[in-house]
Amino acid sequence: MDRRKIRVLVAKPGLDGHDRGARVVARALRDAGMEIVYTGLHQTAEQIAETALQEDVDVVGLSILSGAHLTLVPRIKALLREKGLGDILVVVGGIIPEEDAAELLKRGDADRIFIPGDSLDSIIEYLRGSFSSNHTL
Amino acid sequence: MNNPMDDKKKRGSLAARLKKWQDKKNVLTERKSSFETVSGRPVQDLYTLIDIENLEYEKELGFPGEYPYTRGVQANMYRGRLWTMRQFSGYGDAFDSNRRYRYLLEQGQTGLSVAFDMPTIMGFDSDHERASGEVGRCGVAVDSLADMEVLFDGISLDKVTTSMTINGPAAVIWCMYLANAEKQGIGFEQLGGTIQNDILKEYIAQKSWIFPPEPSMRLITDIFAFAEDHVPRWNTVSISGYHIREAGSTAVQELAFTLADGFAYVEAGINAGLNVDRFAPRLSFFFNSHIDFFEEICKYRAARRIWARRMKEQYGARDPHSLKMRFHTQTAGCSLAAREPENNIMRTTIEALAAVLGGTQSLHTNSMDEVLALPTEKSAKIALRTQQVIAHESGVADTIDPLAGSYFIERMTDQMEAEAEEYFRRIEELGGVLSAIDCGFFQQEIADAAYRYQKAIDSGERIVVGVNRFTSGESLQIELLKIDPEVEEKQFRRLQKLKETRDNEAVSTRLTELKKTARGGDNLIPKILDAVRVYATEGEIVAALKEIFGVYREKPLF
Repeated sequence: MDRRKIRVLVAKPGLDGHDRGARVVARALRDAGMEIVYTGLHQTAEQIAETALQEDVDVVGLSILSGAHLTLVPRIKALLREKGLGDILVVVGGIIPEEDAAELLKRGDADRIFIPGDSLDSIIEYLRGSFSSNHTL
Repeated sequence: MNNPMDDKKKRGSLAARLKKWQDKKNVLTERKSSFETVSGRPVQDLYTLIDIENLEYEKELGFPGEYPYTRGVQANMYRGRLWTMRQFSGYGDAFDSNRRYRYLLEQGQTGLSVAFDMPTIMGFDSDHERASGEVGRCGVAVDSLADMEVLFDGISLDKVTTSMTINGPAAVIWCMYLANAEKQGIGFEQLGGTIQNDILKEYIAQKSWIFPPEPSMRLITDIFAFAEDHVPRWNTVSISGYHIREAGSTAVQELAFTLADGFAYVEAGINAGLNVDRFAPRLSFFFNSHIDFFEEICKYRAARRIWARRMKEQYGARDPHSLKMRFHTQTAGCSLAAREPENNIMRTTIEALAAVLGGTQSLHTNSMDEVLALPTEKSAKIALRTQQVIAHESGVADTIDPLAGSYFIERMTDQMEAEAEEYFRRIEELGGVLSAIDCGFFQQEIADAAYRYQKAIDSGERIVVGVNRFTSGESLQIELLKIDPEVEEKQFRRLQKLKETRDNEAVSTRLTELKKTARGGDNLIPKILDAVRVYATEGEIVAALKEIFGVYREKPLF
């Protein structure tokens, strides 16, 4: 069985520059033993999907605080599917109203949503839980 | 008259008494092993006269409206005029936001503050592919003078002052405001307001940049020069610590990095050949008010004193207006919790009170729902009412700088000043603010502090009520503002129509002239003003400037 570290792409899609959350989460995941690729700011959906492909990641973490999540997340998910990466876990963090979160989950555009106040541990646990069978940490 | 020998004897006996008290107290258990501010600053159990024994009243504090302005920038402070209640708002298109502004003015708000959407902030028109999904989402979409006309429809620009949170394309948006005033028949000299225009903190924290540092600084000094001659009541930069703090910095980092940016603008102005006393009076500041009550108050008091001293001693400013740090404050968005959002009203009240006790000139109180969405009319009203209760009911505005002389407050004010000076020394060693940005110094310092803060919350060492303690498990349902999904389409059509009906030949000529000036060294503002007058869009003007100036790229780090 292929056992390897969980590889996570932490990405900031769209024009939003608020990168505190993305950077704190990236560091916490790295400290928890995961491999992190951080895209930096102002990424287009195409750039993110391409990086996910090139970097061969298991998870795409999207941080969005600008209210553009209902446009950006489905677009990124669609591009991942187009590239044959439909199985990659898509996790979203940021200012996402409950109603919108439910919609993103229902449509299968995101696998999990975290909002302000959720702990770093809850993110780490979720990712570990999702890959418990074939990854080491 | 005091006899110095007597004083010394008194202090000696006080120190002995303090020691005895501490011995007695130390057998009592404390509820925590150490007490620290939200920034991680240790807090003593008790402060006494001994902590401020070197304080020289005239030198360190002085009187309100007098050097070094520790006690406030006006002689009468809030006994004269209360702070300006200025709620930051904007959403959807210019029509939506105009309605909200009129509502807030009717409710007794005393100044306007415009929030732009991300495409406007980044210099893209609403029809640009990069704007997709973001039009009108976290602020109002403004593409051209036509939108500006709608935004302030029915609001006389000589009757209100307007603050605009715009940085990368600040010159363009400011020119639209000026051109709109022209159309209202109001002279530039009658206009009062602020553009944020603080590009340094964009590179450091807020990350909404467009051009590289050098042309960005040129645009800023061009604005200084134009305002000096034509718009004398305008605050040309709002040097902002707010975003530095929101990005995760400590209070001292916010203080030090913001003031360091301020000094960098002063140096840029002087290097551009301007007289410091002609532009420095129009520099204003913008601070955060976080939840740690006393630390925030000390931060404001220290900030005023540092600014006054440096402006006088290092930059040779003589005009008292150059020495006075005037600032706006916004309560801390990052202190709000998405769980049990009503609790945010109390957090905001404490933070607003700190800003008032710290002597702010204007204040934005966050709405309880801003951690979830843009505020509803109802939540925005509660936020404004919070200020009105502080102003008119609590009595805190009736005497000036009421906490001065507190052993704790004066001690911490001194400490924060000293720590900020230490940061200035480190920034100097790195070769100044721009080099420090280039090597990621600020960004790393802030990222480290943000991580420490989050770890402290996660471990429960720092309590956030309703989040990691006293949680009810109930999710409270509050009504949220929804942005009409039609906004993007409506704005798109409006822009298409504008492009069909305006004089496109004039637009093209003015953009060519603008590029010519950008290649040379003349002031860019008159050329930008000419372009917006014929309804060149923000995106077109920014794209023209990008051709000459290029764009900024950051090395991602975490």
